[in-house]
Amino acid sequence: MSRWNSRDCLGLRGVSREEIELVLETARGMKEIQTRTVKKVPTLRGKVVINLFYEPSTRTATSFELAATRLSADVIQIQTGTSSVVKGESVVDTAQTLRVMGADGCVIRHSVSGAPHHLARHIDIPVINAGDGTNEHPTQALLDMFTMKQHHGRIEGLTVVIVGDILHSRVARSNMWGLLTLGAKVRFVGPPTLVPPEVEKLGVEVRHKLDGSFEDADVINLLRVQKERMTANFFPSLAEYSRYYGMNEERLKRTKPGSIVMHPGPMNRGVEITTEVAESPQSVILEQVTNGIAVRMALLYLLIGAERDPQPVKKDAAPAIDTPSLF
Amino acid sequence: MKTLIKHARILEPAAMEDRAADLLIEDGRIADIGLVLSDGEAEIVEAEGLWLFPGLVDIHSHLREPGFEKKETIASGSRAAAAGGITSVVCMANTSPPIDSPTAIEFVLDRAEKTACVRVYPVGALTKGMEGKEMAPIGAMIDAGAVAISDDGRGVMDSYLMLRAMQYAAVFNAPIISHCEEMNLTEGAPINEGRMSTTLGVMGWPREAETIQAGRDMILSLKTGARLHIAHVSAAETVDLIRYYKAKGAPVTAETAPHYLTLTDDATDGFNANAKMNPPLRTAEDQEALFEGLRDGTIDCIATDHAPHTEAEKDQQLAAAPYGIVGFETLLPLLLGPIMERAGFEPLEALALCTYKSARALKLAGGELRVGGPADLVLWDPQAEHVVDSTQFLSKSRNTPYNGWKLKGRVKATYVGGDKVFG
Repeated sequence: MSRWNSRDCLGLRGVSREEIELVLETARGMKEIQTRTVKKVPTLRGKVVINLFYEPSTRTATSFELAATRLSADVIQIQTGTSSVVKGESVVDTAQTLRVMGADGCVIRHSVSGAPHHLARHIDIPVINAGDGTNEHPTQALLDMFTMKQHHGRIEGLTVVIVGDILHSRVARSNMWGLLTLGAKVRFVGPPTLVPPEVEKLGVEVRHKLDGSFEDADVINLLRVQKERMTANFFPSLAEYSRYYGMNEERLKRTKPGSIVMHPGPMNRGVEITTEVAESPQSVILEQVTNGIAVRMALLYLLIGAERDPQPVKKDAAPAIDTPSLF
Repeated sequence: MKTLIKHARILEPAAMEDRAADLLIEDGRIADIGLVLSDGEAEIVEAEGLWLFPGLVDIHSHLREPGFEKKETIASGSRAAAAGGITSVVCMANTSPPIDSPTAIEFVLDRAEKTACVRVYPVGALTKGMEGKEMAPIGAMIDAGAVAISDDGRGVMDSYLMLRAMQYAAVFNAPIISHCEEMNLTEGAPINEGRMSTTLGVMGWPREAETIQAGRDMILSLKTGARLHIAHVSAAETVDLIRYYKAKGAPVTAETAPHYLTLTDDATDGFNANAKMNPPLRTAEDQEALFEGLRDGTIDCIATDHAPHTEAEKDQQLAAAPYGIVGFETLLPLLLGPIMERAGFEPLEALALCTYKSARALKLAGGELRVGGPADLVLWDPQAEHVVDSTQFLSKSRNTPYNGWKLKGRVKATYVGGDKVFG
């Protein structure tokens, strides 16, 4: 029987195909819950989840909060604005304090790569990475893969093109690990300044021009480009970026029939994606948001619920309800 | 006070001598070396099965005093050095405040005199406050006892300043030690740029940041005739450039460190801060180039870059943890183990890299075994197998990536000026 092997979810690097498929399968059941009138199940009743956000976030923080509350967990939401490099002790101190207050799991977002890994070495409850620096954002990749599977029925053999600032993108990195594990073909497209060095050695294809690189794709995932990259001379202007790497109506016409356009949000309309593309029938951007809750519910359930004896959720059924013996 | 060491295998790299003999220490000096010596007054040390060689000269370390005494002091650092068979250490200027004046040089020498059990040779900063802006009093620091000039820990970004410093330092025949780092290329970069930095999603410290400054400094050394020592060479291209400028006649020497020869950036996986150093661990190809540089003499010597940091400082996220590892207490077993093996060296050739060759790079005394010379010696048990355990280190700090490594050979005793300082 497949199960989530690690105590934590720090990234998708090293996570097996069976584990990823378990999350996606579990998320199908979770998604069904969201179609009910009462969108809440008692699976994590009595459990406490801490959301530690050391970087501003609206959608991911809200998505995790909704996911936990729909499973009936109590959620402590902590948002702390911080500078780019934060002393590690404070994160560990905060988490340990919350731990002794009885937390059962910790979701962390941090601006420094490896911060969740550091935290996980100092705390004995499951840690879920909600995005660390420029390293990984595993739940985003899981929801992306869930969405791809929903539209294409499979992941294996798909050509997935990820466009933009790959260098600084934790979304791109987590997608890469997960998609390669599931047998998809991954292509990164971006200017050489924004593609990480030697990334081909990890098994992806790299191209530097969008034209000629997206037409055969089953999935086109457009990354948000940060305005500060322009001032750091990664590229000359947003207009130029948009001209060479932006998805617009003209390019959309050349996409493969049945292909989908994704974006992790929030979008810079008119830069990496035009409004016409974002609102086109091929766009699955809002579905991604909905699926994000289901995927995060699945992961919370697998890591914190069921007393570490996760059961794959049966199709079209709610997850096995676990009632802690104390209650 | 006499000590007679009997039946040792005596290795003297400077003379390429490797023989079984006895060695007599008298009044802190080597009084005699011979096949069979006897002396009724001497304390006898039976050294059957042990090696006896010159105390090591480590020309790159950080003793952290003044200012960072939680990491290390001149006293604790010297004890760690002695435990590692090192009898002379050169310590860098990046303390707090930095060693940038004759008074500061005198402070280090005074602390060493009072608290250290090995010989300590301070380096004076190249710029005031190590800020990379104004030249520090190079002449006065040399006169006060500095053995070299360096802003080690930071690259000198201003080429004009470096040129002037070299021209000026040449008057005092003071070697400049260059920490080669084009810092515009390394901001926020904890590890080597390459497959591993991409895997971990961290900014990479590119090899070019080292090579660009090494090239610039050797160009300036050739122009000015100033002695230049390239610190901690880590990249293959830097080895190529050193080979080129040495052939051109530039007065250049170079060192690498044990970790660049025994580890690659794979050691940083899992965000391991104990494998974070500056310059960073690189790749297997770089290692091969470094070994080739050692074989053909392009790289003159090996130094530890002993860089102690507290457990709390290292127990942070990779980006926040400071650069550097401790090196004194793992140097010899690495040198006479994996490094010697991969280089294809005899013990004499390996020991040369940390004895007379390192001493000569900075024109220091020591690193030799000769009758009449100071009795700075190491007794070494080549058979003793052990597992590296940093909790046993005499250094105040534990930041090593070698914990758990099985290594062969241990220091049995270390003598400085005839005094047993370890063992």
